[in-house]
Amino acid sequence: MLRDDFVRRMESPGGDKRRSRSLHIDLPLLFILISLCGVGLLVLYSASGQNLFYVKRQALLMLVGFGAMFGVAQFPMRFWERWSFLFYAIGLMSLLAVLFFGVGAKGAQRWLDLGFTRFQPSELMKVAVPMMVSAYLGKRYIPPSFSHVLAVLIITFIPVLLIVRQPDLGTALLIFASGFFVIFLAGLRKRYLLTAFILALAAIPTLWMFVMRDYQKQRVLTLLSPEDDKLGAGWNIIQSTTAIGSGGWSGKGWTLGTQSQLNFLPESHTDFIIAVLAEEFGLVGVMTLCALYALLIGRCLVIALNSQSQFGRLIAGSLSLTFFTYIFVNMSMVSGILPVVGVPLPFISYGGTAIVTLFLGFGILMAISTEPKRIRIDL
Amino acid sequence: MINDAAFSDPARERRIFAGRLLISVVLVFVTGLVVMARYVDLQLTRHEDFATHSDNNRVHVRPATPSRGLIYDHNGELLADNRPTYILTIVRERSDDLDELLTTIGGLIDISDNDIKRFEKSLKRRKPYEQTPLKYDLTEQERGILAVNGYLLDGAEVSARLMRFYPNGELFGHVIGYVGRINERESQAIDSVKYSGTDSIGKIGLEKFYEPQLLGEVGSEHVETNARGRVMRVLENIDPQPGNNLTLYLDSRLQRVAHKAFKDERGALVAIDVKTGGILAMVSAPGYDPNLFASGISQRNYNSLLNSPDRPLFDRAIRGQYPPGSTIKPLFGLIGLHSNTITMDYAIDDPGFFVMEGIERPWRDHNSKRGGHGRGVDLAEAIIESCDVFFYKMSIKTGIDLLSSYSEQFGLGRITGIDLPGERPGIMPSRQWKKGARGQSWFNGDTINTSIGQGFMLATPLQLAVMSARIASRGKMVTPKLVKSIDGEILASSEASELLEINSDHWDYVHRAMSDVVHSTRGTAKGISKGLSYKIAGKTGTAQVISIKAEEEYDSSKIDKSQWDHALFVAFAPAEDPQIAIGLIVENGEHGSSAAAPIARLVMDVYMKMKAGSHQTAVAEVIN
Repeated sequence: MLRDDFVRRMESPGGDKRRSRSLHIDLPLLFILISLCGVGLLVLYSASGQNLFYVKRQALLMLVGFGAMFGVAQFPMRFWERWSFLFYAIGLMSLLAVLFFGVGAKGAQRWLDLGFTRFQPSELMKVAVPMMVSAYLGKRYIPPSFSHVLAVLIITFIPVLLIVRQPDLGTALLIFASGFFVIFLAGLRKRYLLTAFILALAAIPTLWMFVMRDYQKQRVLTLLSPEDDKLGAGWNIIQSTTAIGSGGWSGKGWTLGTQSQLNFLPESHTDFIIAVLAEEFGLVGVMTLCALYALLIGRCLVIALNSQSQFGRLIAGSLSLTFFTYIFVNMSMVSGILPVVGVPLPFISYGGTAIVTLFLGFGILMAISTEPKRIRIDL
Repeated sequence: MINDAAFSDPARERRIFAGRLLISVVLVFVTGLVVMARYVDLQLTRHEDFATHSDNNRVHVRPATPSRGLIYDHNGELLADNRPTYILTIVRERSDDLDELLTTIGGLIDISDNDIKRFEKSLKRRKPYEQTPLKYDLTEQERGILAVNGYLLDGAEVSARLMRFYPNGELFGHVIGYVGRINERESQAIDSVKYSGTDSIGKIGLEKFYEPQLLGEVGSEHVETNARGRVMRVLENIDPQPGNNLTLYLDSRLQRVAHKAFKDERGALVAIDVKTGGILAMVSAPGYDPNLFASGISQRNYNSLLNSPDRPLFDRAIRGQYPPGSTIKPLFGLIGLHSNTITMDYAIDDPGFFVMEGIERPWRDHNSKRGGHGRGVDLAEAIIESCDVFFYKMSIKTGIDLLSSYSEQFGLGRITGIDLPGERPGIMPSRQWKKGARGQSWFNGDTINTSIGQGFMLATPLQLAVMSARIASRGKMVTPKLVKSIDGEILASSEASELLEINSDHWDYVHRAMSDVVHSTRGTAKGISKGLSYKIAGKTGTAQVISIKAEEEYDSSKIDKSQWDHALFVAFAPAEDPQIAIGLIVENGEHGSSAAAPIARLVMDVYMKMKAGSHQTAVAEVIN
C-alpha cells in the first residue's frame, strides 16, 4: 500500500485532471452518470404519480450509490484482484443463507433480513461473480484451457443455480451472462463457443420442462400472443406497448402520459418505467436516453481497453457488457420482444439494492480508469 | 498451483481482448439497433393505432339519463314526479370476489333475499362494466354506513338516480300506470341507445302510451377513467334532453271524489268533457299504488295484488266488458226514431212479458212489478220507467242490422281510441259477428236479448261514457282523450265532426226522456234528483251476472254477492247544455238507481260547482 501511494503521488503532480485522477474520479463517467440519474429522477417523479416520496428515496439511494462508487474507486485494482475470492465466498454463503433463512414476497425468497436492512445477496453476486472469474482468468494463460473453462463454469453456475432456486430467473441469467462475458473477452476458443451455443439450444427444452415455473412459461407464451389473455398476463405487454406507441415522436408531455398516470401501465415506476418515458417524451426521449447509455458504455469500453491489467480489462469489459444486457433485456421486454423477466432499467427504475450495486460496478470502473501507470522496465 | 501470470504475455492478452471487444461492440450495436427499430416501429409506424388504443383505454362514454317527463292534472297538480333516490350498485368486473363483497355488504346493511335474487337476475343481463343495482331506495343511515366502510367495498358504489314517484298513489294508478324495469322482452324491442341511460320503461297506462314523449333524449358524458374505472375527469358533455311534460284533462279533485265515492265497491267510472272529449275523471276501483311497481315490486306483493279476488290490477274502465243493460235503451230508441221504424207516437201495451211467435218461452220485463207497465207505453215512458217489453217489440221492428250499425257509430263494439294501451272493444253483436264468433246465424231472440243490452252485448265503462257524451252532444264525434297538452302545446282537438244527421226533434225527445229518468216522479233514477240545482239526464241499467230462468224470480238475498247484478248508470249534465257525460258501473251493485246513480250525481255536483267557481268548498263538502 505504501509503495502504491508513493508511486501514485509521483505520477500525479497536480492540475485539475490530475486532481480528479488522484481522487480516483473518471470525470466523463461521472458526468454521464449524473445526467442519467437526473433523467431517472425526472421520469420517476412522473411514473410514481408525482409522488415525491419515491423520488426522494431514489435520490437518497443514488447519493449512497455515488458514495459507494467513490469508496470502491479508492481501492487499487490489486486489492480487488486479491480479495475477489473473499467477496465471492461471502456472496455464496449469503445465497445459501437465503435458501434457508431468506424472506421474500410473491412466492420468491430473495432477501436476507439483517435486522436494520434487507439485503439481496444476488445483487452482490452481480459484481462478485465477474470479479471472481476475472481474477481467476486474469492470472492464467489465454486463451483459457479446457480445465480453466470448466473452473469458470463451476464458479458461475453455483451462484446461478442458487438464484434460480429462489426463483429469480432474470438475475440468474444476467449473472451467468456476466461470467460468460469475462471468459469470452478472455479469448474463449471458437470451438468452445460453438459447443456452448449448441448446448444452450439443447438446454432449452430441458429448461422448459424441468426448470421453468409455470408463471415463467406463461410469460413466454404471453410474449408470443399477448391478445390471448388480455386481462391477465397479456395485460402488461398490451398496456406497455400501447404506452410506448401512443407516445409517438415527441410524446404526450411530462406527467401527461395517460397510460401511466391513469394506472393502465403496470409496474410503471419499476421495471416498466421506460414505457413512461416513451409515452411522455416520445421517441426523442427514448433516443436521448439511449444516447446517454451509449456514451456510458462507450466510455466503459474505452476504460476497459486502456486498463493496465488483464484483470481490469476483463472485469471492466464484463461489467460494461452486462450493463448493456440490462438495458437490452429491459427495453426488449417492455416493448414486447422478450418475455417479461424482472430486470430493472439502470438508473431509471425505482429500486433500492439494485441501484447501489450498479454504482459499485462503476466504482470498479473508476478504479481501473484512474489506476496509476505502472512503471514498466524494458529489459 | 502454478501461477500462469509468470508466463503472461501482456501484448497478446491485450490483442485478444481488443479483438473480442470489437466483436462485442458489433453485437451490442446490432442488438441495440434491433431494440431501437422496435421503438421506432411502435412510436412512428404504428403510432396512430396505439394512440387510438390508448384513448379507448381511458375515454369512456357514459350515458346521461334524461329526466322523465312529468305528468300534471288539468290544474297543474303533479301526478307523476321524479324523486331522487339512492341505490347501491355493483360493477362485477371491479370486484375481486363477488360473494365476499355481498357478504360484507350484507353485514353492514339489510339486504333481503329478494334483493339478491333480483341482483343475480340482472347480473346476467348486464353489459361488461355496467352498474348492476343491488338495493334500491337506500336510507340516509344506510348511505352513511356504506360511505364509512367504502374502503371495504371495492366494486360497490352508491349512486343517485331519479325514480318515478306518484304523489297520489292509488288515486291515478290505472290511468297513469307506472314505469318498471325493462324486461327481457322489452329490451329486445327498444332502441338500446335511447335507453342506455335508464333501466326503466313505461309498463302500462299513460306511462306506456306516451313512453316516446316522456322518455327524453339520452345525453352522454365522455369521461376519462383510470385503469380501475374510476372517473378522473369529464372531457365532454352532451346534456340529456328531459322528456316532455304531459298535462291531462283529468281533474284530481274530481278524480278524488269519484274514487272516494266507490268506497269498498268494485267498479269503474269515466267522466268525459262533452265539448272536448277530455277525460275528466277515470276510476277503476279498487286500484293499486303504482309506487310499488316503480321501486320494483316484491314477488309477494305482486302475487297478493294479482290473486286478490277484487282484481285491483284490472283496469275496469277500459278493459272491463260488461253487458250494458238498460243503459243502451235511449240509444236504441233514438235509432228507432231515426230509422223511422217507430215514431214518437208509437206505443205498446205491456202485460209484463213478451211472447214471440213460434217461441214458447216468454221474455220477462225485468223492471216492473207483475202486470207490466200497462197500456199505451211510448218510447219516453219506456226510457223513463225502463220498460223492457217496449224495446223487445221495437227491436223486432227495427232489426239488428240498423241497431248494430248505428250503435257502432256511438262507440259500441269498437275501441274508442283513447290514449291508453290495452283498451277492449266490447261486443256490438250483429249477424256477421255471430257468424264469425259463434258460427251460427242470427235469431230474432238474439235481437230481443240485445234490445235491453243483454245477450252477447258487452261494453266497457269508457264506451258507455263515450256513448253518453255522443248522445249529449247531439251526435258529435266525441273522442275520449286523457292528454290535453304536451309541453304546453295543446293537442289537436277532435272537436266535433258531426256523427250523423239526426232530426233535432228526435234529440229533444230522447234528451227529455233521459232528463225525466232523473227528474220525473216515475223515473228510475228519481232518487238522485233531490236538491239538484241543475238538471241531469241519465239512464239506469242492471246487468245480469247469472241468468235467471224465466219462471224464477231474482232474489239477491238467496245468492252470493259476487253473483248479484251489476249496477250501471250513464248520464250527462246539465241536461239543456251538456258539459259532462258519465258512464259508470258498480259491480254486483244490484240496481243502477241506488248503487250507481248517486256516484254520478256526486261527481257531477262537484263538477258543476267547480264550473261555477266554488269548487274549493264543493270538494271540501264532498270529501269530508
